[in-house]
Amino acid sequence: MRAPSGGEIASGEVLLAVENISLSFGGIKALSNVSFDIRKGEVRAIIGPNGAGKTSMLNVVNGFYHPDEGRITYRRQTRHRMKPYEAAASGIARTFQNVALFKGMSTLDNIMTGRTLKMRKGVLSQMIYWGASQKEEIEHREFVERIIDFLEIEHIRKAPVGKLPYGLQKRVELGRALAMEPELLLLDEPMAGMNLEEKLDMCRFILTVKDSFNTTIALIEHDMGVVMDLSDRVVVLDHGQKIADGTPAEVQGNKAVIDAYLGVAH
Amino acid sequence: MSADATSLVDTFPKLLLINAVRRGNRPSIREKDFGIWHTWTWAQVLEEVRLFSIGLSVLGLKRDEKVAIIGANRPRLYWTMCAAQALGAIPVPIYQDSVADEMAFVLAHAGVRIAVVENQEQVDKILSISDRLPTLSHIIYDEERGSQDYDRTRLKSFNEVQEMGRAASNKQAGSNWEKEIARGKGADTAVILYTSGTTGQPKGVVLTFDATITSSRNANTFDELDEHEEVLAYLPMAWVGDHIFSYAQSYVAGFCVNCPESPETVIQDRREVGPTYVFAPPRIYENLLTLTMVRMEDASAFKRKMFHYFLDVARRYGEKILNRQSVPLHGRLLYWLGNILMYGPMKNRYGFSRLRVAYTAGEAIGPEIFRYYRSLGINLKQLYGSTEASVYITAQPDGEIYADTVGKPNIGVEVRVADNGEVMFRSPGVFTGYYKDPERTEQTKTPDGWVHTGDAGFFDPKTGHLKIIDRAKDVGRLKDNTLFAPKYIENKLKFYPNIKEAVAFGDKRDYVAVMLNIDLVAVGSWAERNNVIYGSYQELAAHPKVYEMLAEHVDAVNRSLAQEGPMAGAQIKRFLILHKELDADDGELTRTQKVRRGFISERYEPLAQGLYNGSKEVNISTEVTFEDGRKGAIQGLVKIVDMNVYPATAPEMEQAA
Repeated sequence: MRAPSGGEIASGEVLLAVENISLSFGGIKALSNVSFDIRKGEVRAIIGPNGAGKTSMLNVVNGFYHPDEGRITYRRQTRHRMKPYEAAASGIARTFQNVALFKGMSTLDNIMTGRTLKMRKGVLSQMIYWGASQKEEIEHREFVERIIDFLEIEHIRKAPVGKLPYGLQKRVELGRALAMEPELLLLDEPMAGMNLEEKLDMCRFILTVKDSFNTTIALIEHDMGVVMDLSDRVVVLDHGQKIADGTPAEVQGNKAVIDAYLGVAH
Repeated sequence: MSADATSLVDTFPKLLLINAVRRGNRPSIREKDFGIWHTWTWAQVLEEVRLFSIGLSVLGLKRDEKVAIIGANRPRLYWTMCAAQALGAIPVPIYQDSVADEMAFVLAHAGVRIAVVENQEQVDKILSISDRLPTLSHIIYDEERGSQDYDRTRLKSFNEVQEMGRAASNKQAGSNWEKEIARGKGADTAVILYTSGTTGQPKGVVLTFDATITSSRNANTFDELDEHEEVLAYLPMAWVGDHIFSYAQSYVAGFCVNCPESPETVIQDRREVGPTYVFAPPRIYENLLTLTMVRMEDASAFKRKMFHYFLDVARRYGEKILNRQSVPLHGRLLYWLGNILMYGPMKNRYGFSRLRVAYTAGEAIGPEIFRYYRSLGINLKQLYGSTEASVYITAQPDGEIYADTVGKPNIGVEVRVADNGEVMFRSPGVFTGYYKDPERTEQTKTPDGWVHTGDAGFFDPKTGHLKIIDRAKDVGRLKDNTLFAPKYIENKLKFYPNIKEAVAFGDKRDYVAVMLNIDLVAVGSWAERNNVIYGSYQELAAHPKVYEMLAEHVDAVNRSLAQEGPMAGAQIKRFLILHKELDADDGELTRTQKVRRGFISERYEPLAQGLYNGSKEVNISTEVTFEDGRKGAIQGLVKIVDMNVYPATAPEMEQAA
């Protein structure tokens, strides 16, 4: 699947819109009637208390889950459901809440897997290796090395990721997502379980990714300081419903949001 | 012949011109970038330096103006030194981890015209203090990333400046450049190196081309270094050791300098390069050994057994074999086997497989650590040097190695011990003076060229080698007039891997007391193995079991002090474990990681008092500075422990290494 046509999306234009999305698992309603959009070049935060449906929302966006109702419009193409590989091929990359790396493989190999969709040579040619495949491999390795340099993880290039501390694994996972050269990057709790220094590093990386690579970012995060500092707009979910949407300042003052976080009886 | 021709070449730019002709295709410098080692030959380096240097002259850099160099060891920063020197300008390398305030002092004191820096972090630092730097006209950065959004009027990238040089080099500027090089003389100032200074403001040590080149040439002769050496440049560029070792000696001998990928990858990079000549403070060797020991604790029982067995074999025969002494046949066979099974792979791990000469300098090294490396067949030697001497004062010649001496005077160096015990030297590598500080120059350098090192020491009658005991001004006496050499005691303590830093007090006091810092790696690993649970450095440091363990170490030090005649009276009566790690950012250590005893006793006044007023625990709150300059406070209760002292016993004759 090639990247969908429809031309370049200009900065500030809507890159992805979800409309009236509902999702339920058996009797449990995970999302009901949620709509919001993500504009090109912004950092969009999705926040909400535990079980609000944030991760479900991301899973819907990149095709892990198929919504019962609603539409997703990405790059001006509207779909009812999206398959994960279609999402990946059309420029949506993501990281996971509980780091989903290949634990036994090195940092380098893990990030290299992010290039899979960019490889043009077939399996047979890659098995023979010499010739065109070698040239392609070298090109991809160069790209990966740039990411390694950017994320300052040279020292763990050859280390098996299972042995790395959590904060570094998160960074490797971000590296793998960046290797796809995504247009839209979905980050599921990129700072969870990190210490202050690691968080600051991660913030720096996210902002640089946004500015230098012109990548649009949607992130789920619990650290309110981080959310307020990083994001341009915030959407707040609670019990599968959207309860607020706006700039960090607007959301912060919203009564419904305060109630949701402080726990008012529903 | 050729050696004589080189000896007439009296500046580094002239040496570069000669190297580019004589060994144009040999590697001059390498850097690992994006996972690959890139190499520049001497001919290529000349071209890079030439373009950048002409670019600097286009920016208006003139003779005698200063160029600051701030960053990790990178080829372009080394080229900047030569590019500045070619124009008669003076490079001033600055420690890259200095906070902005420290940097402001040096930049302003030196009157820096152009700053060449590694990356955006350093650019930010300089911009934040630029209102205090009236002489600064341009900032040039090496790493492009993150520097797009800045005001470009005073900011240039290294490439841009080289392009300016390329554009100009076809015209008059090109031929003028070689004329400028020819104008340089050996007596000109080559570099100003600011020493971090254990007290007061940093001092700018002015070194001429003659001093640095002669010192380097003598050092190369002393250890027979030639153009085939490989070295790793990983110590701060502002430190005289790196300047002489990775720049001056490389230009004189024509050998290749390798720049690591990042500070975190040094161990890996060293292994890939396999340097033949190594220069490192004891800390580096300590860390390697600590790392080995910690890793071995996690290895399988069989490997651990084998490790300890062959370590014992090495201890018995290794040094003798290295020193070409007689060793029984079965000893040789066992050592040969050990070399295949353990020492070889181990040396390969350390990146020491091709090593010919390794030096440790700057501080005393633990005799255990020293013997460990030598027993593996690594030619580790000690030297004694200072910034004021262009490093080399004394060094151990091959075959005359002792764990507790710093060797014999280097070629061309005279050393004597003054009546008060202070070591003094006179050498061709001697500094001109402290920059803009005739007063302190006069205090340090006598009119006939002898320099006060500030170290107390003596010549060992048995070996003829120099021994250093402490800083002359630090050697004190207890109230009962017992000799008290704090560094000597601290070093004995620090030789235990669990103890990272020690600070001893005792001058004009009733007894000796120490503050200790635990080593988080070693103690942390111990805690893991012994099910000791802790949430923070502070909690681990205060753990009763940690106190127990360190009390054993202190006790062992007391036993050994008891055997050392004059030192027997200076045993440790009380100690405590500090609740925070001593840090250069808080001013507790110098940038070269030496403890600032006076400052610490003021900063931890309540603790220092507690050590002498008999209290069992003391409450303390300490301000800490984070890397970004913000401040916070650490609060805690610190226990103080009493120790046994032992009666003085007759000193055992200890076999010299």
